[in-house]
Amino acid sequence: MPEKTMRDAINEALHQAMEADDSVFVIGEDVAGCNGSPSGKVGEVGGVFGVTSGLYKKFGPDRCIDTPISESAIVGAASGAALVGMRPVAEIMFADFVGVCMDQIVNQMGKFRYMFGGKSKCPAVIRFASGGGFSAAGQHSQSMYQVMTSFPGLKVVIPSNAYDAKGLLLQAIQDDDPVLFFEPKALYQEACEVPDEAYTIPFGEAAFVREGDDVTVVAFGQMVNRAAAAIDALESDGISCDLIDPRTSSPLDEAAILESVEATGRLVVVDESPPRCGLTADIAALVASKAFSALKAPVQMVSAPHSPTPFSPELEAAYIPDVNKVKASIQEVMA
Amino acid sequence: MSLPKEKLLRAYRQMKTIREFEERAHAEIMNGQIAGFTHLYTGQEANAVGVCENLGDEDTIISTHRGHGHCIAKGADVIGMMKELFGSSEGLCKGKGGSMHVADMEKGILGANGIVAGGPPISVGAALAAKIRKNGRVAVSFSGDGSVNQGTCFEAMNLAVVLKVPAVFVIENNYYSEHTNISYAVGCDDLKARTESFGFPVFVADGADFFSVYEAAAKAIEHARGGNGPAGVFAETGRFHGHFVGDPQYYRADGELDDLRENSCCLKNFRASMAESGDVSQEELDAIDAEVMALIEQSVTEAKAAPRPTPDQVTSDVYINYSAGSA
Repeated sequence: MPEKTMRDAINEALHQAMEADDSVFVIGEDVAGCNGSPSGKVGEVGGVFGVTSGLYKKFGPDRCIDTPISESAIVGAASGAALVGMRPVAEIMFADFVGVCMDQIVNQMGKFRYMFGGKSKCPAVIRFASGGGFSAAGQHSQSMYQVMTSFPGLKVVIPSNAYDAKGLLLQAIQDDDPVLFFEPKALYQEACEVPDEAYTIPFGEAAFVREGDDVTVVAFGQMVNRAAAAIDALESDGISCDLIDPRTSSPLDEAAILESVEATGRLVVVDESPPRCGLTADIAALVASKAFSALKAPVQMVSAPHSPTPFSPELEAAYIPDVNKVKASIQEVMA
Repeated sequence: MSLPKEKLLRAYRQMKTIREFEERAHAEIMNGQIAGFTHLYTGQEANAVGVCENLGDEDTIISTHRGHGHCIAKGADVIGMMKELFGSSEGLCKGKGGSMHVADMEKGILGANGIVAGGPPISVGAALAAKIRKNGRVAVSFSGDGSVNQGTCFEAMNLAVVLKVPAVFVIENNYYSEHTNISYAVGCDDLKARTESFGFPVFVADGADFFSVYEAAAKAIEHARGGNGPAGVFAETGRFHGHFVGDPQYYRADGELDDLRENSCCLKNFRASMAESGDVSQEELDAIDAEVMALIEQSVTEAKAAPRPTPDQVTSDVYINYSAGSA
């Protein structure tokens, strides 16, 4: 099976979805690029991260649509088109820019169906590049998916590898509800085996990245690889762990987590977002309320501290959980 | 336009400092010495300096992701800025903010800003404070041809008119919002007229000409300071680098960058103007060049030797006081 980067896998999913269904279109800032420019090279950019590369040339200006820098209008245009039968995939570039278009996502798109008594559907996908690792500081490094998970009506997807990214995005585009799709930008260049053909991965089904008996480790996005490295490093100490990647935080595969903790009795939750009201606390609370009697040790939550993301490389390295922090937490629950 | 010699020398020094700061930052980024995303202001220096030479320390500016030039023009310490770009704990923002978040409250610099059009509403707030306090200050926000298409920019311009506050909206049209040309991204043919339709005067400038910007900004700032509500400056300009360092710039026409550097260079234009007027000799400008080069060299030397932040600093500066039973 061919190896592909997460960038290429997502790009392939977009190509395949647009080929399969002419109601699918892509909209966002520089998703084509060079519009109006004297070079005449419209479509040469393909998104600032290159994820929408080639779509303009293949599908043209009606289906790969550049916009001004106007995030609220982009999300509104996507959700409005979706309300009347299209399947738009909007790109909002950095996940931090959720802050710019929060109303259109949260108060509008996410609530249409409920407020309209179940009589509407809004099959829009909004893609974001999320997370840290680039010394991009406080306004270009946040995950934001933990915040968006708290809003009913939105589905939230966080792929941790290229294979999942392709299958989850194709599912997101098929899905009849609004989906927020967070691509950890530190993983764009990470490659794994990805089939050429189209396939979907259902929402709310966690992946077991490792299987073991002693500890349940739950990790999201960029943290899945780090958790796997920590688990592999502890194997020689005789510690074996389940590593669960929920893949979607909303819906959340509660059963997978609870069944694992029932078997292991120990839980470590890892996410790169700050700790308050985040996914680590959410899953710790789930286990505390539904599997308390199985626990042999206090739950360990590994996250960024309650601080914005710092710029300086040393500070950012200390900010984002690393392999050693995950290892130490696994050792702590085993102590 | 006739300005005192001291002012002329200062304006040139500021523009040259920005130019050399940016060109050196570019080199250091390419050498792997500076992390993160950096957006260079090279080519637009006359805009920042032409505006800020009309401001006092008490006036405020708020900048953009392309903020180094505005900050230097408003008086930010160049060495502290270079240390910030290098991520040192001695940087202007202790290495917490980096290129996109340079700020200095004492100099009235309310920050560069990583969110396109994040600044204009905040600047209206600074202008509102000036109006309430009746202290005669003005608040300047810098925007680009991308920023003006954000709702926050529209809202800020309207609110400034509604509240009749001394806000000055400076729009630097460098023709590209990231990789997209203004001819595509701004739907109307006349951005100046669109801006004026909010209900305030907009003064047009040639962004490659310090004197042109200085004069337009002087009118706008005088209008705002005089209690007449907001005003705008609209300058045509060009950036000599990409949107960010590393941008392949597919949107450029063949020869466009060479043409910009040749024909839209504010430093060349300033020198030509001085040669014509005789107000300042080329030797005096050469001397400034040498001093600026020495300062930039010193800033990099100091930035490389400056202390690095330590992990305990990650969680400082989040709040002023956060002790109530928190973990």
